[in-house]
Amino acid sequence: MMTTVVIQTIARVVVPFLQLFGLYIIVHGPVSPGGGFQGGVIVGASMILLALSYDLSSAETKVSHKVRIAMDSTGALLFAGMGLLCLLVGGVFLEYGIIPLPMAPAEVRGLMILLVGVAIGIHIMALAASLFLHLAEEHDT
Amino acid sequence: MIRAKHVVPLIVLLGIGVILTMAVIDMPAFGDPASPAHRHVAPRYIAMAYEETGVPNMVTAVLADYRGYDTLGELTVIFAAGAAVLSLLVGRKLKEES
Repeated sequence: MMTTVVIQTIARVVVPFLQLFGLYIIVHGPVSPGGGFQGGVIVGASMILLALSYDLSSAETKVSHKVRIAMDSTGALLFAGMGLLCLLVGGVFLEYGIIPLPMAPAEVRGLMILLVGVAIGIHIMALAASLFLHLAEEHDT
Repeated sequence: MIRAKHVVPLIVLLGIGVILTMAVIDMPAFGDPASPAHRHVAPRYIAMAYEETGVPNMVTAVLADYRGYDTLGELTVIFAAGAAVLSLLVGRKLKEES
């Protein structure tokens, strides 16, 4: 792959802002348009930009294959685990309001909605980066 | 030119097209507040979402709380699809190396 200093410098400046913006969209899901899916894709795209502007191995060293697979599974398990937690404390599956935290049930539900967004975000960002990196790897060799 | 073997598929396609067009004509107008989709649970979500979840973004409240089961299924589908694709891509590489 051919890249230039201009591309690499711009990517190096843009990537942190891109990741911050993605995290902002994930965390602000409950109050503004956005959420885990959208923000996760943006953070994943920042890794793709890194891989395109530098090379695949530099993106691979930032987040290795094992870490990505772990993040991918963690996101899905976190969401399912939150549903199971509601079962454990005596509610029905995904009934967040029943979780005994020292705050109003409505606030617990709000908190859990935020956590669901974060879980989806972790899952999607790892998957988006993984799919690109492995497909590109295939093409590269 | 229409050959003999094309006649039956053509008739079937025209039939399906007529049925679909009739179904589309029969649908409620776009954004119609009196349509069944807007009279079932939507008014309750609009009235109670902020009170029950404390989340100003009603879309997120429905996505992650009221329809949480649906979103979990969605995430599971993406997870399964991603795991399948990655197992094909990574598995082939490992096979070539060995």
